[in-house]
Amino acid sequence: MRKSLSRYFPVFVLPTLAAFTIAFAVPFVMGIYLSFTKFTTITNAQWVGIDNYVKAFTYDGDFVHALWFTALFTVVSVVTVNVFAFILALLLTRGIRGTNFFRSVFFMPNLIGGIVLGYIWNLLINGVLSYSGTDLTYKAEYGFWGLVLLTNWQLIGYMMVIYIAGLQNIPDSLSEAASIDGASPFKTLIRIKIPMVMASITICTFLTLTNSFKMFDQNLALTAGLPEKETEMLALNIYNTFYGRSGWQGIGQAKAVMFFIIVAAIAFIQLKITKSREVEQ
Amino acid sequence: MENKRASALFTFVALSILAFVFLIPIGLVVMNSFKSRLYISSQPFAFPSSETFAGFGNYINGLTSSGFAAAFGRSVFITVFSVLLIVVCASMTAWYIVRANSAVTKLLYYLFVFSMIVPFQMVMYTMTYVVNKLNFDNLIGIVFVYLGFGSGLSVFMFSGFVKSIPLEIEEAATIDGCSPLQTFFRIVFPVLKPTAITVSILNAMWIWNDYLLPYLVLGTDDKTVPVAIQIAMQGAYGATDYGGFMAMLVLAIIPIVIFYAVSQKYIIKGVIAGAVKG
Repeated sequence: MRKSLSRYFPVFVLPTLAAFTIAFAVPFVMGIYLSFTKFTTITNAQWVGIDNYVKAFTYDGDFVHALWFTALFTVVSVVTVNVFAFILALLLTRGIRGTNFFRSVFFMPNLIGGIVLGYIWNLLINGVLSYSGTDLTYKAEYGFWGLVLLTNWQLIGYMMVIYIAGLQNIPDSLSEAASIDGASPFKTLIRIKIPMVMASITICTFLTLTNSFKMFDQNLALTAGLPEKETEMLALNIYNTFYGRSGWQGIGQAKAVMFFIIVAAIAFIQLKITKSREVEQ
Repeated sequence: MENKRASALFTFVALSILAFVFLIPIGLVVMNSFKSRLYISSQPFAFPSSETFAGFGNYINGLTSSGFAAAFGRSVFITVFSVLLIVVCASMTAWYIVRANSAVTKLLYYLFVFSMIVPFQMVMYTMTYVVNKLNFDNLIGIVFVYLGFGSGLSVFMFSGFVKSIPLEIEEAATIDGCSPLQTFFRIVFPVLKPTAITVSILNAMWIWNDYLLPYLVLGTDDKTVPVAIQIAMQGAYGATDYGGFMAMLVLAIIPIVIFYAVSQKYIIKGVIAGAVKG
Protein backbone atom coordinates (compact mmCIF):
# COMPACT_ATOMS: atom_id res chain seq x y z
CA MET A 1 0.00 0.00 0.00
CA ARG A 2 2.73 2.40 1.03
CA LYS A 3 4.87 1.90 -2.01
CA SER A 4 2.04 2.44 -4.46
CA LEU A 5 0.94 5.46 -2.45
CA SER A 6 4.26 7.29 -2.78
CA ARG A 7 3.76 7.50 -6.54
CA TYR A 8 0.81 9.75 -5.79
CA PHE A 9 2.81 12.27 -3.77
CA PRO A 10 2.72 14.86 -6.60
CA VAL A 11 -1.08 14.69 -6.82
CA PHE A 12 -1.93 14.67 -3.13
CA VAL A 13 0.76 16.84 -1.58
CA LEU A 14 2.52 18.92 -4.18
CA PRO A 15 -0.14 21.64 -4.80
CA THR A 16 -0.49 22.35 -1.07
CA LEU A 17 3.22 22.11 -0.48
CA ALA A 18 4.04 24.48 -3.36
CA ALA A 19 1.59 27.10 -2.11
CA PHE A 20 2.84 26.66 1.44
CA THR A 21 6.45 27.05 0.32
CA ILE A 22 5.79 30.19 -1.70
CA ALA A 23 3.45 31.92 0.74
CA PHE A 24 5.00 30.84 4.02
CA ALA A 25 8.18 28.74 4.14
CA VAL A 26 10.43 30.78 1.82
CA PRO A 27 9.26 34.17 3.19
CA PHE A 28 9.79 32.89 6.74
CA VAL A 29 13.41 31.87 6.14
CA MET A 30 14.08 35.08 4.18
CA GLY A 31 12.55 37.06 7.03
CA ILE A 32 14.90 35.56 9.59
CA TYR A 33 17.91 36.32 7.39
CA LEU A 34 16.80 39.85 6.50
CA SER A 35 16.35 40.77 10.15
CA PHE A 36 20.16 40.73 10.36
CA THR A 37 20.61 42.97 7.32
CA LYS A 38 20.06 46.53 6.17
CA PHE A 39 17.98 46.71 3.00
CA THR A 40 15.44 48.73 1.05
CA THR A 41 14.63 46.34 -1.80
CA ILE A 42 15.78 42.92 -0.47
CA THR A 43 18.30 42.54 -3.33
CA ASN A 44 20.57 45.15 -1.73
CA ALA A 45 20.63 43.51 1.72
CA GLN A 46 23.86 43.99 3.68
CA TRP A 47 24.74 42.01 6.78
CA VAL A 48 24.69 44.17 9.93
CA GLY A 49 24.52 41.50 12.66
CA ILE A 50 22.21 42.25 15.56
CA ASP A 51 22.24 45.97 14.80
CA ASN A 52 18.52 45.98 13.88
CA TYR A 53 17.55 44.31 17.12
CA VAL A 54 19.45 46.89 19.14
CA LYS A 55 18.04 49.79 17.10
CA ALA A 56 14.48 48.53 17.55
CA PHE A 57 14.82 49.37 21.24
CA THR A 58 17.21 52.29 21.20
CA TYR A 59 16.43 54.40 18.12
CA ASP A 60 13.11 55.67 19.39
CA GLY A 61 10.79 54.65 22.20
CA ASP A 62 7.93 53.62 19.89
CA PHE A 63 8.56 49.88 19.94
CA VAL A 64 8.90 49.67 23.72
CA HIS A 65 5.83 51.85 24.13
CA ALA A 66 3.84 49.66 21.73
CA LEU A 67 5.00 46.59 23.63
CA TRP A 68 3.74 47.94 26.96
CA PHE A 69 0.56 49.31 25.46
CA THR A 70 -0.17 45.93 23.84
CA ALA A 71 0.66 44.01 27.01
CA LEU A 72 -1.59 46.18 29.16
CA PHE A 73 -4.39 46.07 26.61
CA THR A 74 -4.06 42.27 26.41
CA VAL A 75 -4.25 41.79 30.19
CA VAL A 76 -7.31 44.04 30.54
CA SER A 77 -9.04 42.39 27.55
CA VAL A 78 -8.35 38.83 28.67
CA VAL A 79 -9.78 39.48 32.13
CA THR A 80 -12.87 41.46 31.06
CA VAL A 81 -13.78 39.27 28.06
CA ASN A 82 -13.51 36.03 30.03
CA VAL A 83 -15.36 37.27 33.11
CA PHE A 84 -18.28 38.63 31.07
CA ALA A 85 -18.32 35.62 28.74
CA PHE A 86 -18.40 33.21 31.67
CA ILE A 87 -21.22 35.09 33.42
CA LEU A 88 -23.25 35.08 30.20
CA ALA A 89 -22.59 31.37 29.75
CA LEU A 90 -23.86 30.69 33.29
CA LEU A 91 -27.03 32.70 32.61
CA LEU A 92 -27.63 30.97 29.28
CA THR A 93 -27.34 27.43 30.66
CA ARG A 94 -30.24 27.86 33.08
CA GLY A 95 -32.89 26.98 30.51
CA ILE A 96 -34.61 30.37 30.47
CA ARG A 97 -36.80 31.51 27.60
CA GLY A 98 -35.08 32.95 24.54
CA THR A 99 -31.72 31.28 25.21
CA ASN A 100 -31.09 30.58 21.52
CA PHE A 101 -31.96 34.11 20.49
CA PHE A 102 -29.63 35.64 23.10
CA ARG A 103 -26.81 33.31 22.13
CA SER A 104 -27.19 34.30 18.46
CA VAL A 105 -27.13 38.01 19.24
CA PHE A 106 -24.10 37.85 21.53
CA PHE A 107 -22.14 35.70 19.10
CA MET A 108 -22.82 37.66 15.91
CA PRO A 109 -20.22 40.48 16.29
CA ASN A 110 -17.52 37.82 16.13
CA LEU A 111 -18.25 37.27 12.45
CA ILE A 112 -17.68 40.89 11.48
CA GLY A 113 -14.19 41.72 10.26
CA GLY A 114 -11.75 43.92 12.13
CA ILE A 115 -11.78 46.87 9.73
CA VAL A 116 -15.59 47.11 9.69
CA LEU A 117 -15.71 46.62 13.48
CA GLY A 118 -13.19 49.40 13.96
CA TYR A 119 -15.18 51.91 11.94
CA ILE A 120 -18.49 50.97 13.56
CA TRP A 121 -17.00 51.75 16.98
CA ASN A 122 -15.24 54.79 15.63
CA LEU A 123 -18.66 56.24 14.72
CA LEU A 124 -20.21 55.25 18.05
CA ILE A 125 -17.43 56.44 20.36
CA ASN A 126 -16.77 59.65 18.46
CA GLY A 127 -20.52 60.32 18.55
CA VAL A 128 -20.55 60.00 22.33
CA LEU A 129 -17.35 62.01 22.79
CA SER A 130 -18.63 64.81 20.55
CA TYR A 131 -20.91 65.85 23.43
CA SER A 132 -17.81 66.82 25.41
CA GLY A 133 -16.21 68.41 22.35
CA THR A 134 -13.48 65.77 21.99
CA ASP A 135 -12.87 62.65 19.93
CA LEU A 136 -10.98 59.35 20.03
CA THR A 137 -7.66 60.93 19.10
CA TYR A 138 -7.84 63.48 21.93
CA LYS A 139 -6.23 61.26 24.59
CA ALA A 140 -4.51 57.87 24.50
CA GLU A 141 -6.80 56.69 27.30
CA TYR A 142 -9.82 57.12 25.02
CA GLY A 143 -8.22 54.93 22.36
CA PHE A 144 -7.19 52.33 24.92
CA TRP A 145 -10.65 51.93 26.43
CA GLY A 146 -12.21 52.15 22.98
CA LEU A 147 -10.11 49.16 21.92
CA VAL A 148 -11.05 47.28 25.11
CA LEU A 149 -14.77 47.95 24.48
CA LEU A 150 -14.51 46.87 20.86
CA THR A 151 -12.61 43.69 21.79
CA ASN A 152 -15.20 42.84 24.42
CA TRP A 153 -18.00 43.31 21.93
CA GLN A 154 -16.22 41.13 19.40
CA LEU A 155 -14.97 38.29 21.58
CA ILE A 156 -17.48 37.88 24.44
CA GLY A 157 -19.94 35.89 22.33
CA TYR A 158 -17.21 33.65 20.93
CA MET A 159 -15.83 32.78 24.38
CA MET A 160 -19.36 32.47 25.76
CA VAL A 161 -20.13 29.75 23.21
CA ILE A 162 -17.04 27.78 24.29
CA TYR A 163 -17.95 28.17 27.98
CA ILE A 164 -21.52 27.05 27.27
CA ALA A 165 -20.17 23.90 25.61
CA GLY A 166 -17.96 23.30 28.66
CA LEU A 167 -20.78 23.87 31.17
CA GLN A 168 -23.12 21.56 29.26
CA ASN A 169 -20.55 18.78 29.54
CA ILE A 170 -20.79 18.76 33.33
CA PRO A 171 -22.91 15.73 34.28
CA ASP A 172 -26.22 16.74 35.90
CA SER A 173 -25.62 14.23 38.68
CA LEU A 174 -22.73 16.34 39.99
CA SER A 175 -24.75 19.53 40.47
CA GLU A 176 -27.68 17.52 41.82
CA ALA A 177 -25.48 15.76 44.36
CA ALA A 178 -24.09 19.12 45.44
CA SER A 179 -27.54 20.65 45.96
CA ILE A 180 -28.73 17.58 47.88
CA ASP A 181 -25.68 17.99 50.12
CA GLY A 182 -26.89 21.53 50.76
CA ALA A 183 -24.27 23.45 48.75
CA SER A 184 -25.27 27.04 47.94
CA PRO A 185 -25.32 28.07 44.27
CA PHE A 186 -22.14 30.07 44.89
CA LYS A 187 -20.37 27.08 46.39
CA THR A 188 -21.51 24.89 43.49
CA LEU A 189 -20.00 27.45 41.14
CA ILE A 190 -16.64 27.63 42.91
CA ARG A 191 -16.26 23.96 43.85
CA ILE A 192 -17.87 22.22 40.87
CA LYS A 193 -18.57 24.36 37.83
CA ILE A 194 -15.30 26.28 37.61
CA PRO A 195 -13.03 23.24 38.21
CA MET A 196 -15.06 21.24 35.66
CA VAL A 197 -14.63 23.84 32.91
CA MET A 198 -10.91 24.42 33.48
CA ALA A 199 -10.21 23.11 29.97
CA SER A 200 -12.54 25.75 28.48
CA ILE A 201 -10.94 28.45 30.61
CA THR A 202 -7.50 27.51 29.29
CA ILE A 203 -8.70 27.58 25.68
CA CYS A 204 -10.54 30.89 26.07
CA THR A 205 -7.64 32.54 27.88
CA PHE A 206 -5.30 31.48 25.11
CA LEU A 207 -7.65 32.63 22.34
CA THR A 208 -8.26 36.06 23.87
CA LEU A 209 -4.57 36.37 24.66
CA THR A 210 -3.37 35.74 21.11
CA ASN A 211 -6.27 37.63 19.51
CA SER A 212 -5.61 40.73 21.60
CA PHE A 213 -1.84 40.55 21.33
CA LYS A 214 -1.84 40.19 17.53
CA MET A 215 -4.60 42.77 16.92
CA PHE A 216 -4.05 44.89 13.82
CA ASP A 217 -7.19 45.69 11.77
CA GLN A 218 -9.20 47.04 14.71
CA ASN A 219 -6.27 49.17 15.85
CA LEU A 220 -5.82 50.61 12.35
CA ALA A 221 -9.50 51.40 11.87
CA LEU A 222 -10.31 52.71 15.35
CA THR A 223 -7.36 54.97 16.17
CA ALA A 224 -4.61 54.29 13.60
CA GLY A 225 -2.21 54.79 16.53
CA LEU A 226 -3.32 58.37 17.18
CA PRO A 227 -2.63 60.57 19.03
CA GLU A 228 1.11 60.61 18.16
CA LYS A 229 1.51 56.79 17.99
CA GLU A 230 0.37 56.60 21.60
CA THR A 231 -2.27 53.95 20.84
CA GLU A 232 -0.11 52.05 18.38
CA MET A 233 -0.04 48.34 19.15
CA LEU A 234 2.82 45.98 18.23
CA ALA A 235 1.47 44.72 14.91
CA LEU A 236 0.72 48.26 13.72
CA ASN A 237 4.12 49.49 14.92
CA ILE A 238 5.82 46.76 12.87
CA TYR A 239 3.70 47.64 9.84
CA ASN A 240 4.55 51.34 10.15
CA THR A 241 8.24 50.58 10.55
CA PHE A 242 8.21 48.54 7.32
CA TYR A 243 6.15 50.83 5.17
CA GLY A 244 6.45 54.19 6.89
CA ARG A 245 10.19 54.86 6.64
CA SER A 246 12.57 53.93 3.87
CA GLY A 247 15.73 52.24 5.13
CA TRP A 248 13.95 50.91 8.21
CA GLN A 249 12.83 47.62 6.67
CA GLY A 250 15.56 45.66 8.46
CA ILE A 251 14.49 47.06 11.81
CA GLY A 252 10.87 46.27 10.96
CA GLN A 253 11.85 42.68 10.18
CA ALA A 254 13.80 42.42 13.46
CA LYS A 255 10.74 43.66 15.35
CA ALA A 256 8.63 41.10 13.47
CA VAL A 257 10.99 38.28 14.53
CA MET A 258 10.74 39.36 18.17
CA PHE A 259 6.96 39.57 17.80
CA PHE A 260 6.95 36.01 16.46
CA ILE A 261 9.10 34.78 19.36
CA ILE A 262 6.75 36.30 21.95
CA VAL A 263 3.67 34.79 20.25
CA ALA A 264 5.41 31.41 19.96
CA ALA A 265 6.36 31.55 23.64
CA ILE A 266 2.73 32.22 24.61
CA ALA A 267 1.60 29.29 22.45
CA PHE A 268 4.26 27.01 23.93
CA ILE A 269 3.29 27.84 27.52
CA GLN A 270 -0.36 27.28 26.63
CA LEU A 271 0.48 23.85 25.16
CA LYS A 272 2.38 22.88 28.34
CA ILE A 273 -0.53 23.91 30.56
CA THR A 274 -3.05 22.02 28.45
CA LYS A 275 -0.87 18.90 28.45
CA SER A 276 -0.43 18.94 32.23
CA ARG A 277 -4.21 19.33 32.66
CA GLU A 278 -4.86 16.35 30.43
CA VAL A 279 -2.71 14.18 32.69
CA GLU A 280 -4.61 15.33 35.76
CA GLN A 281 -8.00 14.39 34.41
CA MET B 1 -40.63 28.28 43.61
CA GLU B 2 -41.91 31.83 43.59
CA ASN B 3 -38.37 32.98 44.16
CA LYS B 4 -37.04 30.92 41.28
CA ARG B 5 -39.57 32.33 38.87
CA ALA B 6 -38.73 35.86 39.90
CA SER B 7 -35.03 35.29 39.36
CA ALA B 8 -35.70 33.73 35.94
CA LEU B 9 -37.73 36.78 34.98
CA PHE B 10 -34.99 39.08 36.24
CA THR B 11 -32.39 37.18 34.19
CA PHE B 12 -34.61 37.37 31.13
CA VAL B 13 -35.04 41.13 31.46
CA ALA B 14 -31.33 41.71 32.12
CA LEU B 15 -30.35 39.61 29.07
CA SER B 16 -32.90 41.43 26.91
CA ILE B 17 -31.40 44.78 27.84
CA LEU B 18 -27.90 43.47 27.20
CA ALA B 19 -28.94 42.03 23.82
CA PHE B 20 -30.33 45.43 22.92
CA VAL B 21 -27.04 47.10 23.94
CA PHE B 22 -25.15 44.55 21.82
CA LEU B 23 -27.21 45.50 18.77
CA ILE B 24 -26.79 49.26 19.22
CA PRO B 25 -23.51 49.58 17.25
CA ILE B 26 -24.97 47.84 14.20
CA GLY B 27 -28.30 49.63 14.54
CA LEU B 28 -26.48 52.95 14.68
CA VAL B 29 -24.66 52.29 11.40
CA VAL B 30 -27.86 51.11 9.68
CA MET B 31 -29.72 54.20 10.91
CA ASN B 32 -27.01 56.58 9.75
CA SER B 33 -26.80 54.91 6.36
CA PHE B 34 -30.24 56.41 5.64
CA LYS B 35 -29.27 59.94 6.63
CA SER B 36 -27.82 62.48 4.29
CA ARG B 37 -24.05 62.78 4.67
CA LEU B 38 -23.97 66.18 6.37
CA TYR B 39 -25.96 64.95 9.37
CA ILE B 40 -23.92 61.87 10.19
CA SER B 41 -20.85 63.10 12.02
CA SER B 42 -22.67 66.08 13.54
CA GLN B 43 -25.68 64.18 14.96
CA PRO B 44 -24.91 60.45 14.89
CA PHE B 45 -27.59 59.53 17.43
CA ALA B 46 -30.49 61.44 15.89
CA PHE B 47 -33.09 59.40 14.01
CA PRO B 48 -33.49 60.35 10.36
CA SER B 49 -36.10 63.08 10.05
CA SER B 50 -37.91 64.27 6.93
CA GLU B 51 -35.12 66.81 6.55
CA THR B 52 -32.18 64.43 7.00
CA PHE B 53 -33.61 61.25 5.42
CA ALA B 54 -31.65 60.27 2.32
CA GLY B 55 -33.51 57.13 1.22
CA PHE B 56 -31.25 54.75 -0.64
CA GLY B 57 -29.15 57.61 -1.99
CA ASN B 58 -26.16 56.64 0.15
CA TYR B 59 -26.35 53.06 -1.09
CA ILE B 60 -26.32 54.20 -4.69
CA ASN B 61 -23.37 56.52 -4.00
CA GLY B 62 -21.50 53.90 -2.01
CA LEU B 63 -21.96 51.23 -4.67
CA THR B 64 -21.13 53.34 -7.68
CA SER B 65 -18.63 56.04 -6.79
CA SER B 66 -15.72 54.12 -5.35
CA GLY B 67 -15.86 50.80 -7.16
CA PHE B 68 -17.43 49.11 -4.19
CA ALA B 69 -19.59 46.84 -6.33
CA ALA B 70 -16.50 45.52 -8.09
CA ALA B 71 -14.76 45.07 -4.74
CA PHE B 72 -17.74 43.05 -3.57
CA GLY B 73 -17.48 40.77 -6.60
CA ARG B 74 -13.75 40.33 -6.06
CA SER B 75 -14.24 39.40 -2.40
CA VAL B 76 -16.84 36.80 -3.35
CA PHE B 77 -14.57 35.35 -6.04
CA ILE B 78 -11.51 35.16 -3.79
CA THR B 79 -13.40 33.74 -0.81
CA VAL B 80 -15.28 31.06 -2.78
CA PHE B 81 -12.35 29.78 -4.81
CA SER B 82 -9.84 29.93 -1.96
CA VAL B 83 -12.14 27.95 0.32
CA LEU B 84 -12.81 25.34 -2.39
CA LEU B 85 -9.12 24.97 -3.15
CA ILE B 86 -8.18 24.77 0.53
CA VAL B 87 -10.79 22.10 1.29
CA VAL B 88 -9.80 19.88 -1.64
CA CYS B 89 -6.02 20.28 -1.41
CA ALA B 90 -5.67 20.29 2.37
CA SER B 91 -7.86 17.20 2.82
CA MET B 92 -5.86 15.32 0.17
CA THR B 93 -2.59 16.33 1.78
CA ALA B 94 -3.80 15.45 5.26
CA TRP B 95 -4.95 12.01 4.13
CA TYR B 96 -1.63 11.33 2.40
CA ILE B 97 0.33 12.50 5.45
CA VAL B 98 -1.58 10.20 7.81
CA ARG B 99 -1.66 7.16 5.52
CA ALA B 100 1.89 7.33 4.19
CA ASN B 101 3.17 7.88 7.75
CA SER B 102 6.82 8.25 6.74
CA ALA B 103 9.57 10.47 8.11
CA VAL B 104 8.98 12.96 5.30
CA THR B 105 5.26 13.28 5.89
CA LYS B 106 5.80 13.60 9.64
CA LEU B 107 8.18 16.48 9.03
CA LEU B 108 5.62 18.07 6.69
CA TYR B 109 2.94 17.73 9.33
CA TYR B 110 5.05 19.55 11.92
CA LEU B 111 5.85 22.30 9.41
CA PHE B 112 2.13 22.87 8.79
CA VAL B 113 1.39 22.94 12.51
CA PHE B 114 4.32 25.29 13.11
CA SER B 115 2.98 27.79 10.54
CA MET B 116 -0.18 28.20 12.64
CA ILE B 117 1.62 30.06 15.41
CA VAL B 118 3.60 32.44 13.18
CA PRO B 119 2.02 35.91 13.10
CA PHE B 120 1.40 37.41 9.67
CA GLN B 121 3.74 40.38 10.32
CA MET B 122 6.67 37.95 10.42
CA VAL B 123 6.31 37.03 6.75
CA MET B 124 4.27 39.87 5.24
CA TYR B 125 7.15 41.85 3.73
CA THR B 126 9.05 38.93 2.24
CA MET B 127 5.84 37.19 1.14
CA THR B 128 4.80 40.30 -0.79
CA TYR B 129 8.20 40.32 -2.47
CA VAL B 130 8.08 36.63 -3.46
CA VAL B 131 4.48 36.90 -4.69
CA ASN B 132 5.30 39.94 -6.82
CA LYS B 133 8.39 38.26 -8.30
CA LEU B 134 6.33 35.23 -9.31
CA ASN B 135 3.51 37.40 -10.75
CA PHE B 136 1.02 36.01 -8.27
CA ASP B 137 -0.22 39.52 -7.47
CA ASN B 138 -3.60 39.01 -9.15
CA LEU B 139 -6.99 37.44 -8.43
CA ILE B 140 -5.89 33.94 -9.45
CA GLY B 141 -2.55 34.19 -7.66
CA ILE B 142 -4.04 35.33 -4.37
CA VAL B 143 -6.23 32.20 -4.27
CA PHE B 144 -3.01 30.18 -4.34
CA VAL B 145 -1.49 32.40 -1.63
CA TYR B 146 -4.53 31.76 0.56
CA LEU B 147 -4.03 28.02 0.05
CA GLY B 148 -0.51 28.47 1.39
CA PHE B 149 -1.59 30.41 4.47
CA GLY B 150 -4.74 28.40 5.11
CA SER B 151 -3.09 24.99 4.77
CA GLY B 152 -1.64 24.98 8.30
CA LEU B 153 -4.89 24.91 10.27
CA SER B 154 -6.76 22.98 7.56
CA VAL B 155 -4.23 20.14 7.20
CA PHE B 156 -4.06 19.95 11.00
CA MET B 157 -7.84 19.64 11.36
CA PHE B 158 -8.26 17.12 8.52
CA SER B 159 -5.39 14.99 9.85
CA GLY B 160 -7.05 14.76 13.24
CA PHE B 161 -10.17 13.38 11.61
CA VAL B 162 -8.44 11.04 9.14
CA LYS B 163 -6.66 9.33 12.06
CA SER B 164 -10.06 8.28 13.43
CA ILE B 165 -11.22 6.62 10.18
CA PRO B 166 -10.72 2.82 10.26
CA LEU B 167 -8.30 1.57 7.64
CA GLU B 168 -10.29 -1.53 6.69
CA ILE B 169 -12.70 0.21 4.32
CA GLU B 170 -9.87 1.78 2.37
CA GLU B 171 -8.00 -1.52 2.19
CA ALA B 172 -11.10 -3.23 0.84
CA ALA B 173 -11.38 -0.54 -1.83
CA THR B 174 -7.71 -1.01 -2.79
CA ILE B 175 -8.20 -4.78 -3.11
CA ASP B 176 -11.22 -4.10 -5.32
CA GLY B 177 -8.86 -2.23 -7.64
CA CYS B 178 -9.41 1.38 -6.63
CA SER B 179 -6.46 3.72 -7.12
CA PRO B 180 -5.55 6.00 -4.20
CA LEU B 181 -7.34 8.87 -5.99
CA GLN B 182 -10.54 6.85 -6.39
CA THR B 183 -10.29 5.62 -2.80
CA PHE B 184 -9.89 9.16 -1.54
CA PHE B 185 -12.71 10.81 -3.48
CA ARG B 186 -15.23 7.94 -3.39
CA ILE B 187 -14.68 6.68 0.13
CA VAL B 188 -12.64 9.01 2.33
CA PHE B 189 -13.86 12.44 1.25
CA PRO B 190 -17.56 11.78 1.94
CA VAL B 191 -16.64 10.68 5.46
CA LEU B 192 -14.67 13.89 5.97
CA LYS B 193 -17.72 16.06 5.33
CA PRO B 194 -18.22 17.38 8.89
CA THR B 195 -14.60 18.50 9.07
CA ALA B 196 -14.84 19.93 5.57
CA ILE B 197 -17.76 22.11 6.70
CA THR B 198 -15.83 23.32 9.74
CA VAL B 199 -12.73 24.06 7.68
CA SER B 200 -14.83 25.91 5.07
CA ILE B 201 -16.50 28.11 7.65
CA LEU B 202 -13.30 29.03 9.48
CA ASN B 203 -11.50 29.86 6.24
CA ALA B 204 -14.46 31.73 4.71
CA MET B 205 -14.75 33.99 7.78
CA TRP B 206 -11.02 34.68 7.75
CA ILE B 207 -10.69 35.35 4.00
CA TRP B 208 -13.85 37.47 3.64
CA ASN B 209 -12.73 39.76 6.47
CA ASP B 210 -9.00 39.77 5.72
CA TYR B 211 -7.55 43.21 5.09
CA LEU B 212 -3.76 43.25 5.15
CA LEU B 213 -3.00 40.31 2.85
CA PRO B 214 -5.14 41.46 -0.10
CA TYR B 215 -3.96 45.04 0.46
CA LEU B 216 -0.31 43.99 0.19
CA VAL B 217 -0.76 41.45 -2.62
CA LEU B 218 -3.35 43.17 -4.83
CA GLY B 219 -2.79 46.78 -3.84
CA THR B 220 -5.43 49.44 -4.26
CA ASP B 221 -6.36 48.73 -7.89
CA ASP B 222 -7.94 45.36 -7.22
CA LYS B 223 -9.43 46.13 -3.86
CA THR B 224 -11.53 43.72 -1.82
CA VAL B 225 -14.34 44.84 0.51
CA PRO B 226 -12.19 45.49 3.62
CA VAL B 227 -9.57 47.28 1.50
CA ALA B 228 -12.24 49.41 -0.18
CA ILE B 229 -13.61 50.42 3.21
CA GLN B 230 -10.21 51.33 4.59
CA ILE B 231 -9.37 53.36 1.48
CA ALA B 232 -12.72 55.14 1.43
CA MET B 233 -11.97 56.37 4.93
CA GLN B 234 -8.25 57.09 4.73
CA GLY B 235 -7.75 57.76 1.04
CA ALA B 236 -9.53 61.06 0.61
CA TYR B 237 -9.02 62.80 3.90
CA GLY B 238 -11.49 65.54 4.72
CA ALA B 239 -13.63 64.75 1.73
CA THR B 240 -14.97 61.41 2.97
CA ASP B 241 -18.55 60.77 1.91
CA TYR B 242 -19.86 59.60 5.26
CA GLY B 243 -23.21 58.61 3.81
CA GLY B 244 -21.70 56.33 1.21
CA PHE B 245 -19.31 55.04 3.85
CA MET B 246 -22.14 54.01 6.21
CA ALA B 247 -23.84 52.24 3.31
CA MET B 248 -20.59 50.38 2.57
CA LEU B 249 -20.35 49.20 6.18
CA VAL B 250 -23.92 47.90 6.03
CA LEU B 251 -23.28 46.19 2.68
CA ALA B 252 -20.16 44.54 4.11
CA ILE B 253 -22.15 43.16 7.05
CA ILE B 254 -25.22 41.92 5.11
CA PRO B 255 -23.59 38.83 3.54
CA ILE B 256 -22.22 37.85 6.96
CA VAL B 257 -25.66 38.16 8.57
CA ILE B 258 -27.26 36.08 5.81
CA PHE B 259 -24.49 33.48 6.02
CA TYR B 260 -24.98 33.40 9.79
CA ALA B 261 -28.77 33.13 9.61
CA VAL B 262 -28.57 30.22 7.15
CA SER B 263 -25.85 28.17 8.81
CA GLN B 264 -25.74 29.33 12.42
CA LYS B 265 -25.69 25.80 13.80
CA TYR B 266 -22.67 24.83 11.70
CA ILE B 267 -20.86 28.09 12.38
CA ILE B 268 -21.05 27.78 16.16
CA LYS B 269 -20.11 24.10 16.03
CA GLY B 270 -17.28 24.84 13.63
CA VAL B 271 -15.92 27.68 15.71
CA ILE B 272 -15.92 25.52 18.84
CA ALA B 273 -14.21 22.66 17.00
CA GLY B 274 -11.63 25.06 15.55
CA ALA B 275 -10.93 26.60 18.95
CA VAL B 276 -10.59 23.32 20.78
CA LYS B 277 -8.22 21.86 18.20
CA GLY B 278 -6.29 25.00 17.42
